[in-house]
Order: sequence, then C-alpha cells, then structure tokens
Amino acid sequence: MIIESLRELGRYTLSVLKAGGRMVLFLGTTLFWALIPPFRLWLVIRRINFIGVQSTLIIILTGAFTGMALGLQLFYTLRRFGAESMLGPAIALALLRELGPVLSALMVTGRAGSALAAEIGIMRLTEQIDALEAMAINPYRYLIVPSLIAGIIAFPLMTCIFNIVGIYGGYLVGVKMLGLGAGVYWVEMEHLVKLRDILDGLYKSVSFGVIVTWICSYKGFFTGYGAEGVSKATTEAVVLSSVLILAWDYFLTSIMV
Amino acid sequence: MIEIRDLHKSFNGQEVLKGVSLRIERGELLALIGMSGFGKSVLLKHIIGLMKPDRGQVLIDQEDIFQLTGKALEQMRTRFGFLFQGGALFDSLTVFENVAFPLREKTAMKESEIQARVSFQLEQVRMLGAEDKYAAELSGGMKKRVALARALVMDPEIMLFDEPTTGLDPVTASLIQHFIGQCHERLNFTGIIVTHEIPKIFEIVNRVALLNQGRIAEVGTPDEVRKSTHPQMAQFISGATEGPIECQ
Repeated sequence: MIIESLRELGRYTLSVLKAGGRMVLFLGTTLFWALIPPFRLWLVIRRINFIGVQSTLIIILTGAFTGMALGLQLFYTLRRFGAESMLGPAIALALLRELGPVLSALMVTGRAGSALAAEIGIMRLTEQIDALEAMAINPYRYLIVPSLIAGIIAFPLMTCIFNIVGIYGGYLVGVKMLGLGAGVYWVEMEHLVKLRDILDGLYKSVSFGVIVTWICSYKGFFTGYGAEGVSKATTEAVVLSSVLILAWDYFLTSIMV
Repeated sequence: MIEIRDLHKSFNGQEVLKGVSLRIERGELLALIGMSGFGKSVLLKHIIGLMKPDRGQVLIDQEDIFQLTGKALEQMRTRFGFLFQGGALFDSLTVFENVAFPLREKTAMKESEIQARVSFQLEQVRMLGAEDKYAAELSGGMKKRVALARALVMDPEIMLFDEPTTGLDPVTASLIQHFIGQCHERLNFTGIIVTHEIPKIFEIVNRVALLNQGRIAEVGTPDEVRKSTHPQMAQFISGATEGPIECQ
C-alpha cells in the first residue's frame, strides 16, 4: 500500500518534471528562433493588433474603475491620518508599481491569452501546423515567435494605458467628486513618483508578456484531441498564466523593493 | 524514389505500423488502400517526416528523412506536396493567400507571377472566382480543391494525397481524380494516394498497395489487383464483410 502510494507520487513527480522540461524547451526553442533572421514584421504587427489593440477597450475600462476604486478607498483611509494630500502619489505608486502591470496582464490573459491558446490549438487539430511543417515552414518562427515579440511589445503598452487611465480615474473621484485640490493631486505625485517606479512596473509587464504568450502558445501547440482538448488547453493556459503572473510578480517585487 | 524499410510505430502501446516496407519508383503513382484506422495517414506523415517512427527508415533518393534536421530537412520538404485529409487551409487567409502561401514563403517570385500561377491552379480545380473567400466560407469539396491547388502550386517532385476525394459528391470526386491524373502526367511526380475510391482510382495509378494489420499485404498493378487471389486484397476489392480482414 505504502509502496504503491510512493510509486504513484514518483510517477506524478516525473510527469510534472517532464511537462516543466517540455515547457522550458519550448521557450528556449522560441527564443532561439526569435534571434534568427528573417524577421516577419508583418506577422508581429498582426499579433500586436490581436494581443494589444483588440484588448484596449477592456484595459481602459478596468484601468478606469481600478483608479476610481483606489481613489475612493485611499481618500477615506488617508483622511483618517490627515494625509489626503498623499492621494495622488498613493494611487500612482500603487498603479505604476503593482496594479497596472498585474491587472492589465491578467485582463490581457483573459482576453487574448485564451484566444491565442484556442487559435493555436485549433490549428494543431485541423492539421494547419502540420501543413506549415509539410511546406518546410518552421511553425515556431511563423506562429510562436511573432506572438512572443508582440507580447513583449504590447504588454508594457497596455500597462501604460492602464496606468494613465487609472490615474485619471483616481483624479476624477479624488478631485472632481471628493473635492481634493487638483494641484495637490498632481504636485505631490510629481514629487514622490520617480522614474524607477515607472520602469519597475514596465519591466514587470515585459516579463508578463513573455509568460502569457509562452504559456498560452505552449498549451495550444500541444493541445489534446477534439473540442474537449482545446477547451482544456485554453483553461489551463489562462489558469497557469494567471498563477505564474502573480507568483512572478511577488518574486520581482521582492527583488525590486 | 521512396523506399520505406521496416517501419514501426506505436501509439499508447498500440502498434499501428508493424514493419511496413514499400518501394515507390520515381514518377510512379501508387494508391495506398486499406481499412480506416489501419495507419495509412500515419504512414504518409512518416514519409514526409511529420512523425518519427519507433524504428525503421524512409529513404528519399537514398537519404533517410529521419536523420535530416534543420536546413537539410527543410530542403527535403520543399520537394514535397501534401494534401491533408481535411484540407488544412489556414483560417486566417483567403483562398488566394492560401494557394499563394508557399510561393510567397519559399520562392522569390514577383507578385505578378504569383498571381498568374495561383489563378492557373485555381482554374484547374474550378475555384476561380473564390479567391477572396475564407476557408470558413467554403464547403468541404471546395476546401479540398483549394488545398489540392495549394499542394501542387510548387510543382512538387513528390506528392502525398491523404484521401483527396473522401466525402465529396461523385462529380467533384471525378473532377479531383481527373485533375490529379492530369498533374501526374504533366509534372511526372512520384505520388502516393491514400484512398477508398476502388476501382475508380485504378484509372490513374500505376500500382496499388494494401495496408492491413500494420503491414503491406500486397502490391500490384491495377490489373493484377483486379485479378488478385490474395485473400485480403480480394476481400478488400470486393468489399465483402466475410474474410481475413476484420473490421476493428
């Protein structure tokens, strides 16, 4: 009984290690091909449109409401300490360093990451990836590399939009609704927010771009059979990407603070 | 020339190919027949190196395709054309873009030349006028015709057809079969057609091979196959339910 349980545990551990190894190999292969010309600029632009441009509306909406909620929460919290003047920098720092990169990455994962996994998964099922290989076209270069590069470009841009809209959302609530002075909101922000705060957030979003496109492409590329296989791959892609975003965010934050 | 030597392949412990050996001469068109699920498509995918065998070799002009990597494999594959069972057209591209795809990716042809070549191919499969449609807007037969045009657009030396006429109406099936025959005469490619179109396919092929129980049971010219007394071949040609071939 104990031996059988140990065997089962061993089998499970090996399968997890094998899957992890395959994922790392997949990323390594993609990065290798990303460095080899010719570069398919048009495909990258199409992917930026797919991952980034088509996610803009959802990013604006979530950015606005996040900033507004932060404005409300922080205004009343800071008022207890007589520190309402710190509302601007508090919102900006929370968004720039943490919420902007993380929430925008999670939103893009939900919209574009799932679609990416499903699209590549369906291409696998309908033999479109085999067709690429049969035509002597490397599917990593044609499908995965453009998505990875697009992720690296689009994620920081989405984060910037999220941050700007969020800061204006906080301004709307703090200044226009709750009566804080506009000058106080902006001047204190200018004093306390450093370039490094902005850059740290953007570094995070670049790494999230790699994580999401990597995981979602991988799950689609090695999808199971039938509609159920694609559905499972899509779900796993979103869940694993989201968990990795949060875990990686903690790791980066711990070395950036 | 294609030579398959003792090819074995298993999936999840189930052996699909149990030592397939077959030789296809240059310029020969061979029909590969056999029961559904007996590994005909798997064999085709091995020939072009899309699948790796457990053991065995596929020699293309004496070069083992499984030993090739990188540029050499890419070079080898440019000699092939492959018609997939479902067409495998790219969803995100139009009919024209699908057929033009290998030309744009693999040649330095001018756009005007590509235009002319694609139009010629589409005319051959009677798909001219559908250039701007996407795969999702096409019927099954139309998809197959476009996929056939794409597979042949590079004038390949070796053509692999995976059930080119399955699921099509008799008229379209005849059209496609006639087109394959015409292309074979014109391009003199070495080809393998996986098909169930018996005896119609005998009109255009040079030889017929029966794949049964993971092995090549018999190979012969259409005339030899028609008169075959080989129990499996005779049963398969006649479509009898009783005999050595068991439905799985």
